[in-house]
Order: sequence, then C-alpha cells, then structure tokens
Amino acid sequence: MNLIKTLVAGVALGAVASTAVIPAFADTPPNMLIIANRIDDITTLDPQESFEFAGSDVLRNIYGRLVNFDPADLAAGYQPDLAESWEVSEDGKTITFTMRDGVTFHSGNPVTAKDAEFSLRRAVTLNKTPSFILTQFGFTPENVGETIVATDDKTLTITTDKRYATSFVLNCLTATIGGIVDSKTVMENEVDGDLGNEWLKTNTAGSGPYKDVAWKANESVTMLANADYYGGAPAMARVIVRHVQESATQRLLLERGDIDVARNLNPEDVAGISDAEGITVDSELRGRLMYFSLNQKNEALSNPKVIEATKYLVDYEGMRDSFLKGQYTIQQAFLPQTYLGAIDDLPYSLDIEKAKALMMEAGYGDGIEIEVGVREAQERIEIAQALQNNFAQAGIKLNITVGTAKQILARYRARELDMYLGAWGPDYPDPHTNAATFAMNPDNSDEAGNTGFLAWRNAWDIPAMTEQTAAAVVENDREKRAEMYQAIQREHQATSPFGVMFQKIEQTARKDNVQGFSIGAAITAAAYWKVSK
Amino acid sequence: MAINDTGKGRQMVPFPPVLISIAKIVLTILVTMLGLIFITFIIGRIMPVDPVLSIVGERAAKDVYDAAYIKLGLDKPLLVQFWYYLRDVLTGDFGKSLLTARPVSEDIIRVFPATLELATIGTIFGVVLGVPLGVVAAVRRGTWIDQVARVVALVGYSMPIFWLGLMGLLIFYGILGWVGGPGRLDFFYDGIVPTRTGMILIDSAIAGDMNIFWNAVSHIILPASLLGYYSLAYISRMTRSFMLEQLSAEYVTTARVKGMSERQVIWGHAFKNIRVQLITVIALSYAGLLEGSVLTEIIFSWPGIGSYITTALLSADMNAVIGGTVVVGLVFVLFNVLSDLLYQVFDPRAK
Repeated sequence: MNLIKTLVAGVALGAVASTAVIPAFADTPPNMLIIANRIDDITTLDPQESFEFAGSDVLRNIYGRLVNFDPADLAAGYQPDLAESWEVSEDGKTITFTMRDGVTFHSGNPVTAKDAEFSLRRAVTLNKTPSFILTQFGFTPENVGETIVATDDKTLTITTDKRYATSFVLNCLTATIGGIVDSKTVMENEVDGDLGNEWLKTNTAGSGPYKDVAWKANESVTMLANADYYGGAPAMARVIVRHVQESATQRLLLERGDIDVARNLNPEDVAGISDAEGITVDSELRGRLMYFSLNQKNEALSNPKVIEATKYLVDYEGMRDSFLKGQYTIQQAFLPQTYLGAIDDLPYSLDIEKAKALMMEAGYGDGIEIEVGVREAQERIEIAQALQNNFAQAGIKLNITVGTAKQILARYRARELDMYLGAWGPDYPDPHTNAATFAMNPDNSDEAGNTGFLAWRNAWDIPAMTEQTAAAVVENDREKRAEMYQAIQREHQATSPFGVMFQKIEQTARKDNVQGFSIGAAITAAAYWKVSK
Repeated sequence: MAINDTGKGRQMVPFPPVLISIAKIVLTILVTMLGLIFITFIIGRIMPVDPVLSIVGERAAKDVYDAAYIKLGLDKPLLVQFWYYLRDVLTGDFGKSLLTARPVSEDIIRVFPATLELATIGTIFGVVLGVPLGVVAAVRRGTWIDQVARVVALVGYSMPIFWLGLMGLLIFYGILGWVGGPGRLDFFYDGIVPTRTGMILIDSAIAGDMNIFWNAVSHIILPASLLGYYSLAYISRMTRSFMLEQLSAEYVTTARVKGMSERQVIWGHAFKNIRVQLITVIALSYAGLLEGSVLTEIIFSWPGIGSYITTALLSADMNAVIGGTVVVGLVFVLFNVLSDLLYQVFDPRAK
C-alpha cells in the first residue's frame, strides 16, 4: 500500500517539480551559522523580562553581564564579563564591582557602572516574571536607590538584605535578567514610564558579541556579528536561527546542507542521522528533572515505608533505554548533574519484591488506590503508564488524570492531587534554585499558600531541612557549601516524598565543520561567538 | 431606510437600486464580522487556557501574575471586556499580540501575503489541471481516462497531507534535490530583498534579483503543488459532474444532430453553461486555501496565517486569534460577494 501511495504521489508531484530544476547549494556560506530550532516560545527580547529557552539563547549573545560563563569552559563557573573584578565586604552583604575599561554598546555609548545600575534596578522595578532571581536578595523598587548604586562610572556596589554566599549572588547575575542594557538608548525609547519595556521587547541595546537582531515571531531570528566586541569579533558574521517545527524537516535540511545545526531531532531521527557522513550528534545534559511526588495529606502516602516502596517501583533503566532513549539519563537527587553540590548516587532501581515487602510492613498489604495528575505531553503520559504498570504489581492502583497544564497545575498548587508527575527546571545556575523548592517549606499551613515551594505543594513539613537549606545558601566557602548540599540531598533522597527519576539530555546534530558550538549545558544558554567553520 | 426626508416637505426619493445592493452587501459583511468577533471572543474566554500564564509563565510570583491579569482587563465582566475590545477594533486597533509583542495588524500584514502567494499558485495549479481533467473525464466517461481521473482525485481526497508533504520533501528535496527545502527561501537569502508586497516572488521580481526569484520559485513549487493537488481533486470532480449534467441535456443532442463539431459542442456549449457553477467551486476552494493550511505550513516552515492563528489559539493569545479570524472571515465573505458578482456577469438570468 505504501508503495502505491509513494508512486502516486511521486507521479503527481514529479510532473510539476521537474519543471524547476535548480541546483542545490551544498553548503551554507562559510561565515554564516544557520540553526534550525523551535523558537515559538520567544515572547520578548527584553532581558529583564525574558524567561524562555529560545529567548535566553538569543539574549546570551546580545547582552553582556557583570559576570558570565565561558562557553568553552562551562565547568569553570562564572567569570568576569563586563565587571573586571569584584570585592566582598567584611559583613558579606556588599559586593563592589569594578567595570571593564573600554567596552562600548552597539550604539557606540560606553558601558559604565551607571548602565549596570540602571539595568539591575530596572529588573527589580519592572517586576516581570524572572524578577524573583534578584528580589530574593531583598531588593525592592523602594530600596534600589540605596542597595544598587553606581558610585562612579567604574564602580557599582550592591547590598543584599543579609549575608549570602557570594557564589549564590554571582550565579544569579549570570542569568538572562542580569543582561546590561544601554541606559541612554533605552530611555530615549521610553513610553509612559515603562523603562523602555515595550521598545526592548522587539529591539536590542546591548554590548555583546552579536547585534542588530531581527526577530520575526515563529519564523526566524537573525543577528549580525559585533566587530567591536571586546572579546574579539566573532567568526560567524551572521547567525540565523530558523523556526522549524518538525524533526523530520530539520533532519532533511541538515542532510541537504541547508543548515549547520538541528536542535530538535526526535530519537528516531537522531538514530537515522547518527551514521550519516559529515554529521555529528552531541549530547549535552540540561537542567530539567522528571520527578513524581506524593501528597503528604494522603495518609497512606505519608507513610515512610510507602514512600520508600514507590521509589523501588520505577523501572529507571527500562524507560531510559526504551522510549526515553537518548533524551534522558537517570538522576535521583534534586540537583541536576553539573550543578555545584550535585550527587550521582543512584540508590534505587526496580525491585518489586522489596516494594511489596515495604507495603506489607507499612500495613498496606491489601493495596491502595491513588490519583496521579499528568500534563498532556507524550513522554510524561508514557512515564505515567509505565509507573501504573509497576505500581499495580505492589498493590498501588494508579488512576491517571491527564489534563492541560493549567488544569493539572491548578490542582497541584491547591494540594489536591495524591500524586503529581512532571518536570522541574532550574531558574538560575545556582544550587539554591532547586534546593529552595524541593527542600524548603517555611510554613506548611494551607493558609500560607506557598505554591512556589514544591515541598509545600506536597504538604511536606520539614522545619529541620528548611534550616539546613537556609544555612547552605549563606555559606561562603564553596567547598563547604557543596558538601552541605550533598548532605541535604542524601537525606532528601532517602526520606522525601519526591521520586526524582531522570535528567534531560539534549541532542544536537551539527555538520562536522561546525566547531565550538555550545547550547549551554544545564546552567546557561547557547553561545555563538566561539563557533567556527 | 430609503428615505431622504429633510423635513421640508420634499418628496421622498428612493435610492437607486445599485446603492441599495451595495448597502446590503456592506450590511451583510458588518453583521457577519460582528457575529464572528463575538463568537470567537466568547470561545476564547471560556477556553481552558490561561492567557496570563502564557505571558508570565508558570513560575511567576502572584503579584506579577495579578499585574498582568489586570493589564489584560480580565478582572472585568465578560461583556465589558467585549465592549472594550469592540471599541478598539472599530477604531482599527486589533491590539497587540501577547506572543509576538507586536500589533496584530502588523503581524497579519507579515503572515497573510505568504499564505496568499501559496494559495494563489496552488489554485492556479488546481484550475489549470483540474478543469481540463474534469471535462475530459466527463466526455470520455467510463474509459480509462475517466478511471485515472477518478483515482487521482480519490488519492487527493484521502491522502493525509502531512504524509504527502513529508514524502514530497524527502523525494524532491532530500533525494533528488530538484526543489528548495522548507521555508520561503534558502535561509541565507532571508531579508535581502526589501519587503514591498510581502510576496517574495513579486518582491524579488520588483527588486530585479533573479537569483532570489528563482530560489523562491524552487521553494514554493512543492507546497503549492501539494495544495494545488487537493484543489485539483475537488475541482476536477466537480467539473466532471457539472459537465455530465450538461452533456445529457437535450440542447447538446440537438447541437450534435445539427452537425456541430464535438469540440464546439463541448467547449462552446456545455462548458459555457457550467462556468457559473465552476466559479463558485473555484472561489470556495481558493478561499479555503487562504485560510492557511496549518499542516502544510508546519511541514514547509511556511510562516502563513494558518500556523499564526493556531499558535495564537493554543496560547489563548486572543487579540491575534480574533484579528486572524476576522481576516479569514473577511476573505470568505468577499469571495462570496465576488462570486455573486461574477454570476451576474456570466449568467444573464441572475441580473
């Protein structure tokens, strides 16, 4: 049947297509980088507002930050960028940055401490979605006048409300929201006191390696190299990120040589392309974790033996090697690999006998019935079905409720689900981002409404661990801080009602001649300025 | 309302009939549009998608969420929201899209020409091949030509466009390299020709850049053939049945008896009589393509109005959805009016 379909389609289309024989270009131009990606999540180019993956990829290349990651050495942690150096006060609350000399914005204006002051204050005052990354240090629209201050063109001081680990503050400043905008240009485009927000949604005013961004929603983002970039002019004079929705289409484009990089290939297409000549598939760990959690309001689920049993009822290897192949790796702690303090202990594997025994010990030998909420996404539903199968063998009947993101999240946030299955991605490249939500719950009462804490959503009351986590975030010794997170995670792994299962892997296919391309691993976004062909 | 009474006791003067029929057309368009906007608006508001979440994301703090909620006017009663919206639309302001951060009208000016270009070429393809195929199938009824035409049409109806599009790309782009790949141009040609009409074939011709023109041709030919194939299937089937009806009529027998050539009978008499019906069929098929074929646009990375509206709908970006729907609705209404007018030109009885 397929053959007939192919033939018929071929005859019909061939009649027309043969009239237009045009030679295909074998390669993209040597100084141009062309990437196929799904970019329909970009809704703004304003660094103090953007909070999506594709947006971060664009803005990392446009805006310098006080401190930033080197795409060629992400493991080294934050490095000086627009700030050349910094000093921390005795009490640990004030950081004084010295700005790098001779850097200019794309407009030609010099980059000064005043611009940094403007940008960070702007992030706090605009109060858009990512603003919590900075306001968690106690900055408010009312106090930024005293807490974020440029004392002269070269010096910026920021003062937090209490002592925090310096690494925590600086890690947060590497996030997209820390992008330094050209205050003069932005204020020239201010409308009704919006600090240039409307204008910056579709325009850019940065100092980074790329400039002159043209963003056509759901279509493409193009950018030109900034020849005056302080780190040297990028080799790729023009970068085009083209929205290509379909994996099969991305693959064809790559095979034909019309693009250099394909970022959204599904496992079938990766398998199909990995042996192709001239094409390399890179795997990079991303920050997203797939986990399930048990609501402690449910009496059975609050039993430690039941909690432990569920963690033995996940076929980690089976899922990784079948429908999640190449897309996820096993991770059983709340910090993604590559984060400061991450651990790679994997104490759990599928063990139905052990789980059955634990259920008996807990007094639930007759079995229990619970509801799990899942968003209508293919891989999540498949995981839920796999869990349903294994849970049933130990007497836990899992009723799967599939719904839209809004429906499921609303019930999760209202603490109504027995069990939730979903993903969590870190918000900024510091361990506190996940620790603060998985291992902190300052007030477990319903009235508190602390929906930002996953521990609260699952009604898991942990005063001691909350204190430990709070202590880790103010520990200034990097090594000691890492050890504290490791200890918290080991306890969390053993006792928490969270079953962390997998960490995301992103597979990127590129032409062999493309060198130095980084999508930013788990901690940051894509960088184009070190790419060569 | 054909009253022209100034109150000075003058005689009532009725409007000329032309003006009345124009007024009727305008009124029809207005009422249709109003209904369309109302229904789209209501559906958008009761859909289980939260527009605020699509703007601020699910991690937003409560005060950030609330600020966006109030900015969108969602705290007001539904009818009040509708009234505000309508007031803006009447002044030509469709609002800003939440997703693209640009005025909806600007977005539509960008995406609609892409669809228009594709649909026009697709329809030309469908008409040029579909009409003769239908006529021949009717004339040679029951012969192998008729059977082939039937199979071609059936396949066109029943084959999923998604599959057909991917196969087409695989064969003609991937393996043979005869045509350009997804997108309207090779990506590195993007943004070189200045935008005048938004239709790249025309823009590049105006700019005199033949490289880009031929590149655009190589990119449009496959998706346009695909859409054209679907409209061919429909048009050829309809042509065939219209023709059969005519060919069995008495005047055709009379003409044949009188010794007219077969060619004159078919094209001079029978075909002449089906023109009116055919125009309606073609107009509807063209209007259908102008809605934008979402799947075709996705496979071919064609930034048209179909995927624009779909993406907007999934994120409850209602300004964009309603703006897009109004344009599509307007196209439909205008095509209906146009085919009515053409009726009058070709069919003396309709006057």
